[in-house]
Amino acid sequence: MTETPTRGPRVGLFATCLMNVFRPNVGFSAVKLLEDAGCTVEVPAAQTCCGQPGYNSGDYDAARALARQVIETFEHYDYIVGPSGSCMATIRHDYPVLFQDDPQWLPRAQALSVKSWELLSFLADVLDATQSDAHYDGTATYHDSCSGLRGLGIKGQPRALLGEVDGLKLKEMEDSEVCCGFGGTFCVKYPEISEKMVDDKVRNILATGADTVVGGDLGCLMNIAGRLKRINAPVKVFHTAEVLAGLADGPGLAGAVKGSD
Amino acid sequence: MNARVNAREAILNSVRSALKRGPLDDTQRAALDARIPQHTRPAQDEDLVARFMRKFESRAGTVERVTGFDAVPAAVEAYRLGKGLPARAAVGAALKDLPWPADFEMNHGAAGIAEILSVSPAIAGIAETGSLMLAAGPGSPTTHNFVPDDHVVVLEASRIVGHFEEAWTILRARAEGMPRATNIISGPSRTADVEQTIQLGAHGPRRVHVILVG
Amino acid sequence: MEIRSKEFKERSVFAIHDASLQQALGKARGGFVGKRAQQAAELPEFEQLREEAKNTKNEILANLDHYLERYEQAVVAAGGHVHWARDAEEARNIILDICKRVDAKTITKGKSMVSEEIGLNEALIEHGMEVVETDLGEYIIQLAHEPPSHIIAPAVHKTKDQVSDLFEAAHGGPRKTEVADLVNEARQVLRDKYFRADVGITGGNFLVAETGSSIIVTNEGNGDLTQTLAKVHIVTSGIERVVPTLDDATLFLRLLARSATGQETETYTTISTGPRHADDLDGPQEYHVVLVDNGRSKMLGGRFRDMLRCIRCGACMNHCPVYGAVGGHAYGWVYPGPMGSVLTPLIKGLDAAYDLPNACTLNGRCASVCPVKIPLPDLLRELRHMQHQQDITPVMQKRALNLWRFAATRPKLYHALEQVAARVLSGISRKGRIRRLPLASAWTDSRDLPAPAGRTFLELWQGKRGQK
Ligand code: SF4
Repeated sequence: MTETPTRGPRVGLFATCLMNVFRPNVGFSAVKLLEDAGCTVEVPAAQTCCGQPGYNSGDYDAARALARQVIETFEHYDYIVGPSGSCMATIRHDYPVLFQDDPQWLPRAQALSVKSWELLSFLADVLDATQSDAHYDGTATYHDSCSGLRGLGIKGQPRALLGEVDGLKLKEMEDSEVCCGFGGTFCVKYPEISEKMVDDKVRNILATGADTVVGGDLGCLMNIAGRLKRINAPVKVFHTAEVLAGLADGPGLAGAVKGSD
Repeated sequence: MNARVNAREAILNSVRSALKRGPLDDTQRAALDARIPQHTRPAQDEDLVARFMRKFESRAGTVERVTGFDAVPAAVEAYRLGKGLPARAAVGAALKDLPWPADFEMNHGAAGIAEILSVSPAIAGIAETGSLMLAAGPGSPTTHNFVPDDHVVVLEASRIVGHFEEAWTILRARAEGMPRATNIISGPSRTADVEQTIQLGAHGPRRVHVILVG
Repeated sequence: MEIRSKEFKERSVFAIHDASLQQALGKARGGFVGKRAQQAAELPEFEQLREEAKNTKNEILANLDHYLERYEQAVVAAGGHVHWARDAEEARNIILDICKRVDAKTITKGKSMVSEEIGLNEALIEHGMEVVETDLGEYIIQLAHEPPSHIIAPAVHKTKDQVSDLFEAAHGGPRKTEVADLVNEARQVLRDKYFRADVGITGGNFLVAETGSSIIVTNEGNGDLTQTLAKVHIVTSGIERVVPTLDDATLFLRLLARSATGQETETYTTISTGPRHADDLDGPQEYHVVLVDNGRSKMLGGRFRDMLRCIRCGACMNHCPVYGAVGGHAYGWVYPGPMGSVLTPLIKGLDAAYDLPNACTLNGRCASVCPVKIPLPDLLRELRHMQHQQDITPVMQKRALNLWRFAATRPKLYHALEQVAARVLSGISRKGRIRRLPLASAWTDSRDLPAPAGRTFLELWQGKRGQK
């Protein structure tokens, strides 16, 4: 695909750390969905991390350093969009708080905040792109990632979009809104508690009989997929974007065939 | 005594320094005292008596309706016989002039440990949650509300108000001021402290029966 | 009560492997959550009330000194006494003095978290007094010599079997196994105590400045028997519990039962105003209120003022997946769960409870149900920030953060490292996953690590689109 004839919004794609390393397919899915909806997508090379690991560890200075970098890199786009409720909630809600006492950076943080969107809510709430020509054979259950759900109000949008996918059946799990136990560094600082939590999540997933789990945050999905694999449960795990873009044709997270890029 | 006075001042000063100000001046205080809270009251679109009964019964309370105060003793008798209880009860003195049967033994004083039935007057019913409001006083000892196994409460239908706020208005209007204890009672005593299983009659009455008058 | 929050890690692991505890927690979890959700759904005004409750509490806190003084005046006018306690010790001494003065032998107690906070029972018992907890849950844990594990359901960690054992040992059998029989047995044992009690101690859910009243909310009626039958009634309460008027108390009452136990109202709401009147036939001869500060006025000054809105409903712990996994005792002090993880470090010191603010995924479910909208995750993060500032954060974590910051602020370096990671992890993976990874065993002990495909997104993107 080259230049879109009627220039839609210019979107800077926020390539989250986990996606960049572990699941490039999510990035390509995001680009496809955005371009299909008429956006011009760019992926600025100067980006790294949103700064959340520092922020949530109480290192506000480090978080601010990263936030400034993100602001500088993305502020000239019409929108900054990323396939993660967690990173995008940080940009949307936490940046303005981080700079609340900084008259120079506060307006820039606020300006970026209001044009920052998690991918699915951007598609549904901003672009009104609710059609999908994707096909997926299977029964999926959707896990509500906490930051997306409570920070950004993402609940109906992914379900509505997934409902458009031909061949896909959605089955709700019990406690879909309960945390999976990932929590960033939490899962390695308190591994036993995290394991208990992901076990509860996995039990609810298995109880639905679904063959696929989808969700909007790779942290949660890696946690869930890792646990499912460890107990040899034959359930595939995909990011919502992969399914919507029709790029969920492989074995899913923790099941990738080597060199399948 | 000195240490205590100091603690009071120390805490108030600590509060003020946390609020980054000194004591409020008289005008500010007067403004706070004049404040009239206007909180949202949950909407109701039901007849007050019907709602009171529905709500009270939803929590295992029982209600029966009689036409006038004269019918109360017979209703109490019927309740008592239905439960197989002896002909005695702790009865709030406020109700002592009703036409009780001659052989009905009444204790108008505080309820002792052996008391198993009581009859109390309610000063209001609250339709919002289906609750009774009882005021401690010589005509209605508080022990009557909690010691016996069976508690019969006499409530005039006209005393049922919609919301709690209206019940507080009744309290404020009392010539004798606030009762020592104001008991809002919404059914029999209960507990869920053993494996979240609801069990009635934890410490207070096992049954609360309302005789609604009028 | 001695603080054991430093042992959080050990105790949480222990809790996860405690089969009875897990059984008890499993039973409780669904009930609280489902019932609260139903109550919230049945009251169209619920969300609006939460907003009003938050704003009203904020107004009260901004004028707390005034309302405390007004409250004190009203208590005195009603014939009661107000005592002020700066800290736990002062509070204990005030209560001890009253009990000694009336030569108290038996003291009954309704549930009061403040009395746990100030370590009251131990002090009274040390002075030879018999202290009887009368809330069934509190009674159970008193028999077990344990602290409460939940602020509204103190014995939520106990199974029925364990209660049967405790009652058999304490009451001299025969062993009861039905809930009804257990409750009845406690009822009989405790009745006698109420009638013998010299002093009855309760908490106070709300203190009403307008009337000088204290309000307690219970289901069992134990608080009422406690305060009505004893000669002296002592109320222990935090200074933040004052509300201007009965109408203000009502706002919070509408939220409290629904949020706590998922009931429209609890069975008893009791408004106590002073001691018995001259013509009253029952009720206590003395009425005392002990207003406890214990760190609260300090919280008022900073970022933690929000925490003083707490009405102790327990919804945050009922909805906390960490609490649900480990129960209340792991937290190591009086207040568990999200609210406890904020309060404990603030009252007992940051370094006495390092783990509490950290053992949280910041998933936000607590804040989404808190009836007074306390931003609990933000406060926990703020505590992490304070730990970081005060060098309480472990050195290794600080180093890791510094390294991360160094790399992440240098995009070229960061991308190079990401590329190395993607290749190495891919290289050591089998069938799309990594089963064991040195230095990352905290992950791989219980989970596989999904393997990267080998090249990073940015790398592939550059190859495909060649953008700058
Ligand atoms: S913090 Fe909120 S949810 Fe938790 S106990 Fe307090 S009022 Fe209830």
